[in-house]
Amino acid sequence: MSALRPLPRWADIALLPVLNLILAFLISGLVVLMIGQNPFVAMWAIVTGAFGNGYNIGYTLYYATNFIFTGLAVALAAHGGLFNIGANGQAYVAGLGVIVTALALDQTHWLIVAPVAMLAAALFGGVWAFVPGYLQAKRGSHVVITTIMFNFIAAALMIYMLNRVLKPAGVSGPESAMIEEAGRMPKLGQFFAPFNYTPVNFSIFVALLALVLVYILIWHTRFGYSLRTMGANPTAARYAGISNSRMIMITMTLSGALAGMVAFNEVLGVQNRLVLDFVADAGFVGIAVALMGRNHPIGIGLAALLFGALYQGGNELQYVISGLDRTVVVIIQALVILFTGAMEGLFRPGLQRGFALFSQESRAEALERSTVKSES
Amino acid sequence: MDMGAILSILDATLRLSTPLLLACLAGLYSERAGIFDIGLEGKMLAAAFAAAAVAAVSGSAWIGLMAGMAVSVMTACLQGVAAITLKGNQLIAGVAINMLAAGLTTFLGQQWFHQGGRTPALGPDGRFGAIQLPFAAELSGVPILGPIYADLISGHYLLVYIAFAMVAVTAYVLYRTRFGLRLRAVGENPKAVDTAGISVNKLRFQAVLITGLLCGLAGAYFSIAQGSGFGNNMTAGKGYIALAALIFAKWKPVPAMFTCLLFGFLDALQIRLQSAELFGIEVPVQAIQALPYVLTVVLLAGFIGKAVGPKAGGVPYTKER
Repeated sequence: MSALRPLPRWADIALLPVLNLILAFLISGLVVLMIGQNPFVAMWAIVTGAFGNGYNIGYTLYYATNFIFTGLAVALAAHGGLFNIGANGQAYVAGLGVIVTALALDQTHWLIVAPVAMLAAALFGGVWAFVPGYLQAKRGSHVVITTIMFNFIAAALMIYMLNRVLKPAGVSGPESAMIEEAGRMPKLGQFFAPFNYTPVNFSIFVALLALVLVYILIWHTRFGYSLRTMGANPTAARYAGISNSRMIMITMTLSGALAGMVAFNEVLGVQNRLVLDFVADAGFVGIAVALMGRNHPIGIGLAALLFGALYQGGNELQYVISGLDRTVVVIIQALVILFTGAMEGLFRPGLQRGFALFSQESRAEALERSTVKSES
Repeated sequence: MDMGAILSILDATLRLSTPLLLACLAGLYSERAGIFDIGLEGKMLAAAFAAAAVAAVSGSAWIGLMAGMAVSVMTACLQGVAAITLKGNQLIAGVAINMLAAGLTTFLGQQWFHQGGRTPALGPDGRFGAIQLPFAAELSGVPILGPIYADLISGHYLLVYIAFAMVAVTAYVLYRTRFGLRLRAVGENPKAVDTAGISVNKLRFQAVLITGLLCGLAGAYFSIAQGSGFGNNMTAGKGYIALAALIFAKWKPVPAMFTCLLFGFLDALQIRLQSAELFGIEVPVQAIQALPYVLTVVLLAGFIGKAVGPKAGGVPYTKER
């Protein structure tokens, strides 16, 4: 059989993800059906729970903010052929940077606290990803394994820090002191009434800006070109004079810095203190978001919104159908990762064959065949 | 520390390293065949849930164990289809399996048993009991060796003995049988195996199935031997520690046993101690918890020896078109 031609661009970036998403929804729907609930009612509950009113939308956007950051973190690394599975740990450790700077500066004004805390988040998250990057680049340790290990090391480190170092006297739970009112990042609800009482805050603008900056970085800079070259073919990159080990270290650091922004959103914008496990697996959602969004900022923005909606809608689900809750969303998310990431081969060959039937060449070929027949 | 305390820590070490060892050997088969498996955690979790759920309904630990293994094998097959047949990304397949298991076990547990994701507590028939080895009581009077035999070696669950027996079995299969030779070859150079007329995909599927069986044992151990019933996310990252142990042991069965014993010992230690004094410096319990991961990273980095995995690991095999 001749080699299959690649799919048209639109099919690759839109049709395949949508097909995979539909399949994921179908299977989750079957699971819901299996326990005797109506999947369409559940779906509608998720949609209205996510977008029904300003309050719902506020929460959806808040979740989406985190997922944009982790999605970008995973995608940036993926462009260089690196799988950063440690966004969770990087975001978690970045919380240290945010809380330390915020508590030091919170007597001043949030406009002073925010940029410093943001830099600190990027620095701490970046360092936590730099180490696996360095080990991959210089010592050849597989970055997937080391980032997994660093997730667990981060968890142990943060439990220690919260229990022994950051916990103020007189507080029983493992959490830091509250950031003073003056240092907290304002929530959007203070300016836009429908978002009242929701956690969405200024960091969503940072997330949107990050989408644009990452786009420029990957497709319109020398660095981005080197990054994509390394991702496509490390040997070719080496011959082109690109230092792969340097690229790996920079990429992982940037990826960790992006993941660290989750802490900026959560600690400075939402919780106003450091709490246990505030990342809540946003790093793993980032994998789904990056896969679904085809590692492109536009796709990541949309996928983050989708998963934000699923998370928020999933929260509301339990009030509509008793017994159904956000775990349904975890199943959908897992299936999306499975189908778009690991089972790409499910639809792609079929689609390629399908498209080949209708391509210009095959038509011309068919025409040629029929004319040859008529002549003979 | 007296003899009793030492024995009780070592006893806990055996109990805690058993699931690690089973999962670690499980991972050994697929990784030696060239399939990276970060989905050990998910398979164990799924098996733990299935075993507890079926044992609770049927009232038999053995039927529960079978169900756990069956579900784990099914999960492994799904992973195999993605990673072998469809030539998908093995790492992402593992992540998906872990997440799917976490979601489905919580969801189904809540739906079926309405106990916040827990399965009903098992009666004595629903879980494996401790096995007293012969003459344990009689020999316990013998100084030193007696208590070691009676308290440390005797009196564990069946799965503990199976796990340690599996080390010998795995070492034999891997190094002394035709299947083992082919398994190792397919992880290093699948092309050569293919040229010899042996199906790469079939071999890899066999490896993945064995992984599924062993993960099933490990999962069942959590819910119907060590515990009595399934609790939300009860494997708690042990699949990742097993993966770390596998790397630390350089993908070899006997070192895998010692590594799992070491990691199990650290676990037993951190449960027993809240913090320890070392050379006058207080060592927090979290440092002991993080030690397996830190050790693995240090080893991977090549600062103490070098861990190099099977060469063809992570790469789906494509026959030429």
